[in-house]
Amino acid sequence: MGTQLMASKKLRQNVSHVPGGLCLVVCLSVAGSLLALANNAGGTRGLSEETFTRRLTPEQYKTIIADVFGRDIKIGGRFDPGARVDGLLEVGAGQVSVSPAGMEQYDSMARSIADQVADERHRDILIHCKPKSVREPGNACAQQFLGEVGQLLYRRPLTAAELKLQVAAANEATNIEQDFYTGLALSLAGMLSQPQFLFRQETLEPDPTRSGEFRLDAYSRASRLSFFLWNSGPDRKLLTAAANGGLDTQNGLSRQVERMAASPRLEASVRAFFSDMFQFNKFESLIKDTEIYPKYSSRVAQDAREQTLKTVVDVLLTRRGDYRDIFTTKKTFLTKALASVYQVPFSMPVPNGSPDAWRPYNFAPQDPRAGILTQVAFVSLHSHPGRSSPTLRGKALREVMLCQKVPSPPGDVDFTLLQNTSNQEYKTVRARLTAHSTQPVCAGCHKITDPIGLALENFNGAGGWQTLENGAKIDVSGALDGVELDGGTGLGQAVHDNSAATSCLVNRLAAYALGRTPKKREASWVGSLGQVFADNGYILPVLMQKIANSPELYRAATSELEDVTMMVAPEQPRKEGEK
Amino acid sequence: MNPFNRRTVLRGMLGGTAVTVGLPLLDCFLNTNGDALAATGAPLPPIFGTWFQHLGLNPGMWVPETVGPNYKNNIQLEVLNPFIDRLNIYSGLKYFIEGKPLETHTTGSQIATTGEIPFGTKGGPSIDSSIASVIGRRTRFRSLEVTFGGTRKTYSQQSGTSRNPSEPSPMALYKRVFGPDFKDPNAEEFTPDPHTMARQSVLSAVTDHIKGVINRVGANDRARLDEYFTSIRQIEQQLVLELERPAPLEACSIPGQPAEAPPGTILEDAATNCKLFAGLLSYAAACGQTQVFNVYVDSMQMREAGSSYIWHAATHEESIDEELGYQKGVFAFNTWGNMIFAEFLQTLDGVREGSGTVLDRTLILWLTDHSDARVHGLEKVPVMTVGSGGGRIKTGIHVSAPGDPVTRVGLTVQQALGVPINHWGVDSNGTSNTITDVMV
Repeated sequence: MGTQLMASKKLRQNVSHVPGGLCLVVCLSVAGSLLALANNAGGTRGLSEETFTRRLTPEQYKTIIADVFGRDIKIGGRFDPGARVDGLLEVGAGQVSVSPAGMEQYDSMARSIADQVADERHRDILIHCKPKSVREPGNACAQQFLGEVGQLLYRRPLTAAELKLQVAAANEATNIEQDFYTGLALSLAGMLSQPQFLFRQETLEPDPTRSGEFRLDAYSRASRLSFFLWNSGPDRKLLTAAANGGLDTQNGLSRQVERMAASPRLEASVRAFFSDMFQFNKFESLIKDTEIYPKYSSRVAQDAREQTLKTVVDVLLTRRGDYRDIFTTKKTFLTKALASVYQVPFSMPVPNGSPDAWRPYNFAPQDPRAGILTQVAFVSLHSHPGRSSPTLRGKALREVMLCQKVPSPPGDVDFTLLQNTSNQEYKTVRARLTAHSTQPVCAGCHKITDPIGLALENFNGAGGWQTLENGAKIDVSGALDGVELDGGTGLGQAVHDNSAATSCLVNRLAAYALGRTPKKREASWVGSLGQVFADNGYILPVLMQKIANSPELYRAATSELEDVTMMVAPEQPRKEGEK
Repeated sequence: MNPFNRRTVLRGMLGGTAVTVGLPLLDCFLNTNGDALAATGAPLPPIFGTWFQHLGLNPGMWVPETVGPNYKNNIQLEVLNPFIDRLNIYSGLKYFIEGKPLETHTTGSQIATTGEIPFGTKGGPSIDSSIASVIGRRTRFRSLEVTFGGTRKTYSQQSGTSRNPSEPSPMALYKRVFGPDFKDPNAEEFTPDPHTMARQSVLSAVTDHIKGVINRVGANDRARLDEYFTSIRQIEQQLVLELERPAPLEACSIPGQPAEAPPGTILEDAATNCKLFAGLLSYAAACGQTQVFNVYVDSMQMREAGSSYIWHAATHEESIDEELGYQKGVFAFNTWGNMIFAEFLQTLDGVREGSGTVLDRTLILWLTDHSDARVHGLEKVPVMTVGSGGGRIKTGIHVSAPGDPVTRVGLTVQQALGVPINHWGVDSNGTSNTITDVMV
């Protein structure tokens, strides 16, 4: 099973949570001490829309449960959909709450997980103590277990009040049920439904390196680092480092960053980031007309998504290549179903043990496929159910890959001419778009999307190959920001050479790490990240380490505390030896 | 809620083991007509529903020729004739975008459901949520959301940061409402489950604690945590209800578990799911499980079996038939939407409660995103209501309000159902003018 819980020894809990003697809100400020400070300052100002906690993504929830309790704990149920803000669900996660239906699901999942943890099959492995009697409350064992597991779930040691409460809840439930493990499971389930687990709390402390300013406290820094590099909560080593002051120095932080960046778990974060940035959640509702695209299936869609992620991981992690190469690489990975869409041969080796359904594949130098923009995932995700869409593809390329905003169409516009595909006067979408763009109100936006998307017209709405439309030969000439280009490979090269592609990646990655879009005041930091990225050949792990090592990642912005005049100290963390 | 501490009482009675007790609570029975609660004489509570269907209706095909009562349905709404005495049609209404960018198919939906334009996480509560906060607080579910398109899209939200995802599967809805945690209000015996009591004990302890946390955070995050607590309070409410003997409800019977139906976008599948959902929602209401529901017709991607022509594409691509003067295929789609709406109403009307039916105490608000979807029209938007919510509005009326904001209908409906507001919507989409023609 190999869980953190199994390996966990009780962490030191003599945490000087807030150095300097001044306790600024904190230990439990679920959603943002800065906001609390300002609010308690008499509402002198409404703080920015910045928020300091994020709801766990489904992937993070599942990963934490697997990390803490092992991978054989089954997680059933559905999560509330996320909200995409400034291009990322991870930024939206800082703004969403939980719906009543979503809470029902969390409650149900929590009880199911807790029941499994305490069942006869798992309890001896996961619960490192035994009650004196299984029919009565076992105070000591409940305290040990809930304290131990609590710090992994809350990403910090429980406060005395929290632990006392959870133990009392377990005891009361045990009295009602007359079963220690049932009572313990219910208390654990309660913990899994609480905001301290479901949301990422962040807590502030005075910044010892910048007088009068603030930064995240050690545990919040550990969490921010861990979610950024591993897409999960801190492991035991990181929590120990936080408890021991190991994250208080740049050297200590760097050691942890180095350790974590060298771990295979980095891939989980890279996958999560690109799934988010590329908007792959849209695959959940992607519909294709299977009469027009008979090769399309949910299996193809699933494989297409994975193909692009495998390609990205191969370039960026396996080969530690240049980020820009994801737009030009000839190497990819295919399954049998995808090979059929790409119309290339696919051969499986003789099964040997556990055959992998995936095979590496290199498109020939002259092949019109190269890079992720020509893969099924991108071209099918940004198309209509029954046909391609140069406009949607151009818009997606600008918004997703270059971080540029394309306006929506105005109201009261007649689309009939544009979208009537059977109109023999305009056989190709290029001809229809040209006619449509004669309306000045439409032309402004179409000229920034269509020349990009038209270059991808050899790929139909499901990613298959097409050369004719209504009998007319498809012209795939296009342009990107003044660069003339031809077809998907030409477009990939143009994006590769466009400086917006790398600056977009830097911005998105910084936002992903911070949980919000970088502010203007952070422009110089983001600029320096871009410089480091360029100086190091656009190697992604180098950029990730640079971000993870940046004090800026863990800082509270000065300007937001200017008006704060009063500070509150609600609850002290538990001291060593305190019961 | 209960006038005494149920946890204490039950704990004493149970002593840790399951016993059968008849709790002297909610001893209110239906009167001899079966349409009121005998203990108070009050009528059965109102039910509110929304029916949201994208892509409008064909211009010129749905507005009745005459205004006021005794109107005749235009051709596109003839399928609703069986309900014409309970149907109100509102014509001439408008969505105002006020120079803001139009998010096609979204802006109108936002205005219709929340009275304002903000997108993403910035929006306020949707109309159903405001109404549920008044009439849905004591039911097991504040509201139930369903959709026929296979996705979990929704326009129901506490706010932009807390949306209520739609349920695409009738079987999943059945399990949620009528699964093991359902307490049959007409069961002869009632046995409170000690496990439920233990759950309640843990939950109430931890939520008490977290209330302290809310008081220490800033305003933005407090709003989000308040939403979290609204959600967790529903769980608490469910546990309370599971431990109480429910009031008998004559009309309540447990429907059979539906087979899993494909949640696809083919019209036939959607119609099947619509019927299944209608039955489940009717009995959920009749059994006192909810008083608010939202139906989201994800019409954009729908198509006929064997055809590749989706509804949304048809609105933009189909030429106007020169002889008929309208888009023939779009007319068929829209009429199909009205037909399944009629079937939905029929199902609600088929569940009898004494001398009336579930539909009699229901008020359904029909909304859409555009008037003429072909050009993303925002003027002359169709709006309908069906039912009086138990006599809370007048029905059988065609109201013409040219150039007025769509939100007038929403304001009227909210006031009729007891939401204490006298203005709804923002800027030009805001209004203080109820539709007096239909006010009781």
